[in-house]
Amino acid sequence: MVAVPERCGRSGPINLREACGLLEMPWPQAGRPAVPHESAARHVAGSALYIDDMPEPAGTLHIALGLSSEAHADITGLDLEAVRQAAGVVAVFTADDIPGVNDISATHSHDEPLLAQGRVSYHGQPVFAVAATSRLAARRAVAKARISYAALPAIIDIAAAQPGGVMVCAPMVLQRGDPAPGLAAATMRLGGEMRCGGQEHFYLEGQIALALPGEADEIIIHSSTQHPSEVQAMVAAVLGVARHAVIVEVRRMGGAFGGKETQGNLFASIAALVARATGRPAKIRPDRDDDFIITGKRHDFLLSYDAAFTEDGRIEAVAMQLAARCGFSADLSGPVTDRALFHADNAYFYPAVRLTSQPLRTNTPSNTAFRGFGGPQGMLAAERLMEEIAYATGQDPLDVRKANLYAPGRNVTPYHQTVSDLNGLALVEQLEASSDYRARRAAIRAFNAKSPVIRHGIALTPVKFGISFTATAFNQAGALVHIYTDGSVQVNHGGTEMGQGLHSKIIEVVARTLQVPQEAIRISATNTGKVPNTSATAASSGADLNGKAAEAAALTLKTRLIDFACRHYHLKPEQVRFTREGVVLGTSVLSFARLAQAAYGARVQLSATGFYATPDIHWDRASGKGQPFYYFAWGAAVSEVAIDTLTGEYRLLRVDILHDVGQSLHEAVDRGQIEGGFIQGMGWLTTEELVFDAKGRLATHAPSTYKIPACRDTPPDFRVALAQGLAHGAATIYGSKAVGEPPLMLAISVLHALGDAVASVADYRSCPRLDAPATPERVLAAVRRLKDSGLGP
Amino acid sequence: MPMIHMTVNGKAVKGHAEPRTLLVEFIRDTLRLTGTHVGCDTSQCGACVVHVDGHAIKSCTTLAVACEGAHVTTIEGLAHGTDLHPMQEAFREHHGLQCGYCTPGMIMSAVDMVNRKGHELSEHTIREELEGNICRCTGYHNIVKAVAAGAKAMQGMAKAAE
Repeated sequence: MVAVPERCGRSGPINLREACGLLEMPWPQAGRPAVPHESAARHVAGSALYIDDMPEPAGTLHIALGLSSEAHADITGLDLEAVRQAAGVVAVFTADDIPGVNDISATHSHDEPLLAQGRVSYHGQPVFAVAATSRLAARRAVAKARISYAALPAIIDIAAAQPGGVMVCAPMVLQRGDPAPGLAAATMRLGGEMRCGGQEHFYLEGQIALALPGEADEIIIHSSTQHPSEVQAMVAAVLGVARHAVIVEVRRMGGAFGGKETQGNLFASIAALVARATGRPAKIRPDRDDDFIITGKRHDFLLSYDAAFTEDGRIEAVAMQLAARCGFSADLSGPVTDRALFHADNAYFYPAVRLTSQPLRTNTPSNTAFRGFGGPQGMLAAERLMEEIAYATGQDPLDVRKANLYAPGRNVTPYHQTVSDLNGLALVEQLEASSDYRARRAAIRAFNAKSPVIRHGIALTPVKFGISFTATAFNQAGALVHIYTDGSVQVNHGGTEMGQGLHSKIIEVVARTLQVPQEAIRISATNTGKVPNTSATAASSGADLNGKAAEAAALTLKTRLIDFACRHYHLKPEQVRFTREGVVLGTSVLSFARLAQAAYGARVQLSATGFYATPDIHWDRASGKGQPFYYFAWGAAVSEVAIDTLTGEYRLLRVDILHDVGQSLHEAVDRGQIEGGFIQGMGWLTTEELVFDAKGRLATHAPSTYKIPACRDTPPDFRVALAQGLAHGAATIYGSKAVGEPPLMLAISVLHALGDAVASVADYRSCPRLDAPATPERVLAAVRRLKDSGLGP
Repeated sequence: MPMIHMTVNGKAVKGHAEPRTLLVEFIRDTLRLTGTHVGCDTSQCGACVVHVDGHAIKSCTTLAVACEGAHVTTIEGLAHGTDLHPMQEAFREHHGLQCGYCTPGMIMSAVDMVNRKGHELSEHTIREELEGNICRCTGYHNIVKAVAAGAKAMQGMAKAAE
């Protein structure tokens, strides 16, 4: 039996659900066979189409980009004559060839040219584009360019950026109370710094776009993007046409992880530029190395913390500064660094707090969205603080964590939102018991005391993640649902499918609402001509927002069908019920298809739009106050590791996860998000290391040097459980909760387990202070530092 | 341009290819079999794995001309009509995919693994053998389960064929 959201009946859609008799319909949940991903059959057969698989229309041109070889320089000469003369080249484009605006800044910061004009701001920045008859011809031609530069001072990393402190946008401050007196008068106080690295998305399908010119100024773009409406807006601006002339379509992406929220704009706009100018279809698929070099990544951060706490480890006051390498332009760095601050408390109550962001401009690719969107980096600061306090007070870090969790009377965040569902302690204690944390920790201590080289470590860390775009306007969604007269249903919605199973969940929502089999429902490709002004499929909100919009559209249709049935068959509304066996009409049952056919015959409109706007949220960045999140997603994880103290190498031995997805819309999908998110987070914190050299060149621009987790890096013992019975006051779609991003942060437990193992070499008397990524080199360095500290046995 | 000949998914095919043309380009662009994907361009991610004369290879770093006369099987050649191969069915059933981009290469590597290592595959063996196939979505958990189940199911297929 599906739990009915407690607060139903407040809003239109909920009343409609009641009116439609939906609440009386139990939906079998337990014991239902797992439904495969909606595209699973096509994926395993190799017949699912990605953009690169689409047949190319005759005359398609292929595009390659000429990239800057300097991190910061004025362009003093741009000789492209040899490029133009190269075999197969049809046209060459520079900034001067852009008919509209040479800017693709997602946040309207006007700091991100499509093609560099006069000056380059990072190594790898596109300077010109070549369109040729083949991809190879375009790539060969690009190499013939002669560009001369006059170098300018380049700022590559946070350390170089901080003295000048030039920022890509205004920093944010979150303050509640004043931590200064508490810090000054503290019984116990500590401060420190932590560095955490960035992360390359490494979506398996790289960036790609195919532009098809139409008549007059019309153009259709197939783009691998999480944000079709933004691509539409960018292309329209670059071409100088109205948005109604531009259609963007996305069937699916081969992974995105935030890397296609804004980073697809460049490729789509270039393809559109070429298609418009030549009148021919134009396609761009950068080589994987170029994809690495050109596009932005997860922000690396320098986290500075200062805290006062009691002798038993309870925090009294906190001040933090979170500085991020943002790259050459603002992109989404403002909201990313904001979200870092929103999560610098993780699940912990700070009685007096001041948090400051520092979004620093550097001459590197413009860092961007990546699963968690700054939240993971902020959370790292909170967890480092817990670890520091544990070592300073001689406690199990878990006890320090538990003592500081949000609790009744201690439930207001640094942004003045009250945490209403206080699930932290219940979740942590459940996992503590189910993972046998205490006994295993004791066993590990005993093992380590007798093991000279191999040391084990264990850590339990919680996750509390705020759900909603902090830009409140983005928390809206639309859907368009058609019922055809054979009873089949086509659903269009504003969300995009990148593998996360959004379409599978939307099918589930519509199937439940209309009580039709899943096979009767097809989700169309996401298309800006069908549902306009959509938000990015991001912030874990895809199912929350689009699920509600699809439900609203389906309910409108259902209401029309009920009205029709009442008129046509002389029934009362309560005599019409939609069931899996058909539509009950008084004492008879009609198939859904027959009812649709009959309704069509009576001229009932069988197409409807649906709309949803998340209620109750508001945010004022200037004052740092509001209710930016509709609710929080919770989780916790225990990781156990073994390290080799002579080499720094390590293995993850066992992971126990307890994660909260509310009433799951699709359990296989949700479990997949938890497992995949955890492993991706583990990669970020362990083996994935981005290295920029002194000239701003990315040295790790392929999987040969940039190591994402492979099959053997995952824990041999991996136990994932969905939390049951937690509080969830928000009226989300069928009681489900967002799951895209939160599980990534469960991997912070791996970093802290490594730290625990390292700390054993100094008899747990000194905080290991492992920075991320905790590569074997960093683990070894930390082991050496602790051994040299003289605190060891 | 030389003309090259192969047997692809049981059918004799021929086509022009430059000496530098990669097998994956020949498969995708000339034969229009687009289930074989290009992920990293440099032979590391495994999205492009196909079988050449019964052995798994990465088609993004194999020259088409080097496969003159060879028997090539791609992901499109595994199923019999609408009946999925047991390994394909296992990946579908066990949710061994999310975005699906790595899936064809994973399945081709998995079938090759069974051909070499047999039907009773330990988790350790599967993990060792799948090192050359990268998945960014799933965390591999369900992929390993799918390969083990698919390997067992292939035994049934072998018996049925006998």
